[in-house]
Parts: sequence; structure tokens; C-alpha cells
Amino acid sequence: MKILVPVKRVVDFNVKVRVKADGTGVDIDNVKMSMNPFDEIAVEEAIRLKEAGSADEVIVVSVGVQQCQETLRTALAMGADRAILVKTDALVEPLAVAKILAKIAEEEGTNLVILGKQSIDDDCNQTGQMLAALIGRPQGTFASEVVVEDDKVTVIREVDGGLETISMSLPAIVTADLRLNEPRYASLPNIMKAKRKPLSEKMAEDYGVDLKPRHKIIAISEPVTREAGIKVADVTELVAKLKSVGAI
Amino acid sequence: MGNIKDKNSFTWSDPFLLDQQLTTEERMIADSARAYCNDKLSPRVRQAYQKEYTDPNIFREMGNLGLLGITLPEEYGGIGASYVAYGLVAREVERIDSGYRSMMSVQSSLVMYPIYAYGSEKQRKKYLSKLASGEYIGCFGLTEPGAGSDPGAIITKATKTKNGYRLHGAKTWISNSPIADVFVVWAKSDAHNGAIRGFVLEKGMKGLSAPKIEGKLSLRASITGEIVMDEVEVGEDALLPNTEGLSGPFGCLNRARYGISWGVMGAAEACWHAALQYGLDRKQFNRPLAQTQLYQKKLADMQTEITLGLQAALRVGQLFDQDKMAPEMISLIKRNNCGKALDIARMSRDMHGGNGISDEFVVMRHMINLETVNTYEGTNDIHALILGRSQTNLQAFF
Repeated sequence: MKILVPVKRVVDFNVKVRVKADGTGVDIDNVKMSMNPFDEIAVEEAIRLKEAGSADEVIVVSVGVQQCQETLRTALAMGADRAILVKTDALVEPLAVAKILAKIAEEEGTNLVILGKQSIDDDCNQTGQMLAALIGRPQGTFASEVVVEDDKVTVIREVDGGLETISMSLPAIVTADLRLNEPRYASLPNIMKAKRKPLSEKMAEDYGVDLKPRHKIIAISEPVTREAGIKVADVTELVAKLKSVGAI
Repeated sequence: MGNIKDKNSFTWSDPFLLDQQLTTEERMIADSARAYCNDKLSPRVRQAYQKEYTDPNIFREMGNLGLLGITLPEEYGGIGASYVAYGLVAREVERIDSGYRSMMSVQSSLVMYPIYAYGSEKQRKKYLSKLASGEYIGCFGLTEPGAGSDPGAIITKATKTKNGYRLHGAKTWISNSPIADVFVVWAKSDAHNGAIRGFVLEKGMKGLSAPKIEGKLSLRASITGEIVMDEVEVGEDALLPNTEGLSGPFGCLNRARYGISWGVMGAAEACWHAALQYGLDRKQFNRPLAQTQLYQKKLADMQTEITLGLQAALRVGQLFDQDKMAPEMISLIKRNNCGKALDIARMSRDMHGGNGISDEFVVMRHMINLETVNTYEGTNDIHALILGRSQTNLQAFF
């Protein structure tokens, strides 16, 4: 069985981003970039399935700028077998990524695609679901446990108010939630070995997919800073204050 | 020349874009080291420091991740990484605590390196992979009660016996020694006209003991002891065959000192970032401390010295990797970076006001640790004498 794991290069979660002066986005010049944390979980899960004998090969793919190859190398150092970089300098939205992934999944004949449930930069939470729709296969989103048996995959999903267990026939799409696993560190020997693992480079145009953004960004602004509250002496004053600001 | 942008954005935390001067592998190695240090070392250092407790498991954890002896070739448990990568790892570990970095430096540069560089093939095979995995803990014995900055004055003796040597003497201020399995010690050997020679000893040898030095106020998360050799009998195979004289221990110390020059910048960065955060959070006279000129001047000094210190360490690392390192370069950066890091830590402690003395804030621990780091592996003044000699051709040691 082949597992495909898409990984996205995002601003590191430790970085406090600053909104660009012209409000068109955040400043990512010289900012530390890392693999999207949910994608790390997805990579870890795929590697564990391979280590458990449920999969033969783990392929990682990233769509974006040349530097995404560093993110792919990290996935290879964690234990993925080979990588595909789909190069584009354009801003790609989930639909465009899902379309490219659909082509690759078909080309590679992958039985399982594991994605992070969302990326921490745009928080879209769409790519996995769109991919499932595009290739017409079942999806198990927000997975906190994944078990592969024969031609089935059982996914325990984190849903509002509890856990839902679903069984899907392969090929299928799974998106990883936070509690699925704790990703390993890429060990130093594996970082060096990853240099020798295959990484093929494609151009986004090779897939004949329309990458045009469907959204137009109107403005990006800093979150409003929370203002300090006030203390009231008793209930009477509280009610008076609430009334004065029109809250009741 | 028409296309020069003069309005590139400035990265305050990495002003000269050090990150972009690294290779992909070096960046990945630093990232892995940092993730490990944040997740596994950071949560336990406060308690370890308070209780003066050294967790031997740290060697195994570092070994598992591949952080020990990384510059050695793969067949001896290393990964053939660059000296720049070695420096980056030291920086990440010392960002948490100088004691943890000391444990790693000793294992990598002072134990694995001499066995690799000066040892027989049999010695390499016997020790290196177990030291790399952290299964064995190593220590390095050069300093003696009467021989610190003047290592030529050691009096530990190796007397020739029928099948090997008999070692007698005492070493002091030895990192890792009370928990060590492997001891690289230096002694004057009568069979070699009194020249300094290296020997590899093993825990449990008759007459060998390593009592802990109690009462340290610095580097408390890293155990330190003596090595007492009371007529320890060793075979011929304990001798490191390929070095004679002080160049042996100095070859090791050069590597460790180089790592220190990166490491202390990690500690200094931790103190700098802590001061910055504290200054933004703490309000006095109705404004953040960080909005005062005195505070900003100190932050600017920290940023400047750290940026220059890191860039210097990177340069020497690159020269190391091109086989162009001269020991005086290491004296320069070891001396400069340790002194500057100590100044920064003291300044940061001061900027934290009364809170700065609490172990809730990392700065005073770093400050006290750096007192040691500024002293060990060649004091600030001794490195000045090396640099002085390099330009005057006049030695001023004695």
C-alpha cells in the first residue's frame, strides 16, 4: 500500500507575525518557516503505518516555492521514502492544491492520503475534504486514531461532544487532528540519510490545473488588542454598568 | 546596479540572517536539536539545578537523537556533520543550560574526538559507537589540583610495567567523572621520556575512583568530580598510540572551545530574549520598561554583541570545515563570546530587577553558569595571552 502525505511550508508557530504596512498579508521575509504542525502529525502517522507493516511506501508532496524542498527533506528525515515538489511561485488556495493532489494520487496509485486537518497559516481546513470530493472517495476527517486492516481503514474522529468511529473502504482520505500522535524528531543520522532519498521536482503547470485564486483578499489586519476590564463593587453597580453600555 | 533594494525588512532576532548562511542540513540539525531541547531539557532544568541532579538518561536521549560526536564519520557512530552543525547544536543546548552543553561537549570533543583522532582502530571500535549512543558516558582528565592554566605542570605519572602501565595521580574539576564509564586521562609517561601521553581507563578498574565535588554554585545540572588513580594497572592497549605531548589534549580542547563559543551565544540569546520580554511586560511609571532609553540601549548592546559573536563563530566554523582553522582563532572567539555572554547575562539579571534573582526567570542561572564557562577551557586572560603572543612573538605566561 502506498500512502501520500501532502506537507505545507508555513511560518513557524513560534513566530509572532506582523501585518504588512499595506495590509495585503503578513510579512514573511526572513521569517522562520517550518512544516505545518498538523502535517507533521500526518507524516508521523504514515510512517507508523509503514513501520507496523500496513504500508509499503510513504510519499510526501509539497506545492509551493523552491524552499518547500526543505520541508520535504524534513519529512524524508522523519522517515518518508520519497518526495515530490510541485513548484509554483503563485499563491495557491486549497482547491488548486486539492486538484494537484488528485492528479498525483491517481498517477501514483495511492491507497491512502493522510493530510493535516488544516494549516496554521490560513486555517482553511478544506484541502482534505475537497480532495475526497474530487476523486470521489470517502473521507475521515479530524482523526484521533487510524487503523488499517486489509482494504479498510477505521478512523476515530474527534467531533463535537465526543468521538465517532467510522469504517471506510480504501482508497480513502484521512485528515489528522492534534491528538492522533506525537511526531518524532528527525534524528541527525536520518537528516543526513534524507539527502540521499529521491526528491523529484515538477512544475505546477505539468498537471494542467487552473491555479487561479478564487478568493480576493480585501484586507488583513492585526487582531484587536483586548482592553482591560473594570471592577464593580456589587450587583447593583454591575447591572447599572451593563445598562449604560447597552448590554442589557 | 539599478535594482538594489534599500528597504529590506530587518529581522531583529537574526540581524545578519545567520540562518540563511547555513546549509539545509545544518538548519535541519539545529531545528531538531532545538525541538529536543525545548521539549525534553527545558522542563527539567529548574529542578535539576535546584537539586544539583544530573540525569544520566540525558546522554542516552542525546545519543538517540544523534547529538553526540556528530563530526565523526558514520562508521564510528557520528554522521560526518560539519563543525558549523556541531556549533549550532551547542548553541541550542546551551540556550537551555550551560551544564547540559558541557555534558555534551565533553562527550563529543574531549572523549570521542581523542579516541577517534589518537586511538588505535581497536580502541575506536571498542568505545566510539557506545559513546555516540550514550550507552557509555565519558570524561576527560587533564586538570590537576596543581595544574590548571599550566597543564604542562601535571604530575600524574604513568610507570611502565611488564604488560602496560601503572597510573598514579589525581585529576580535579572533571565534568561527568562520577558517572563516567570511560576516562581519557593524561599523564607523564616515564617510558616516553616523561612526555604527556593519553590513556583510556574504564570504570571499575582497581584503584580508580571518581568522587563528586560538592558545593558547586554553578553548572549545578552537570555533575563534576575528581579522578583518583591509586596505582591503577592498565594494559598496553590503554595507551592512545597516536599523540605525544600537550598537542594531544589541546587538539581536543580546540574543538570543545570552538563549541563553547557557539554555546555561550545560545545562553546569551536566552538572556537577551528574556530581558526583551520582561521589558515589554513589566510596567513602571505607567509605561513598559522597554520604552525607556536605558533599557533600549542595553537591548541594543545585547543584540549587537550576539550578532557579532555568532557571525564570528560561524566564520571560524566554516574555516574549520575548510581545514583552515588556527587555534588562535578559537582563542579569540572563545574569549570574546564567553566574556560578552557573561556581560549580557549580568545585564539581563539586572534588567529583571528583583525578579531576576528568582529561578522562575532563567537569567540568574545562566549568569552563574557563565562564570564557569568564562573560566574553564582556558580562562579569559589565558586566551588573551595566546593572542598577545601571536602578535608580539613574546610569551608572557611565565
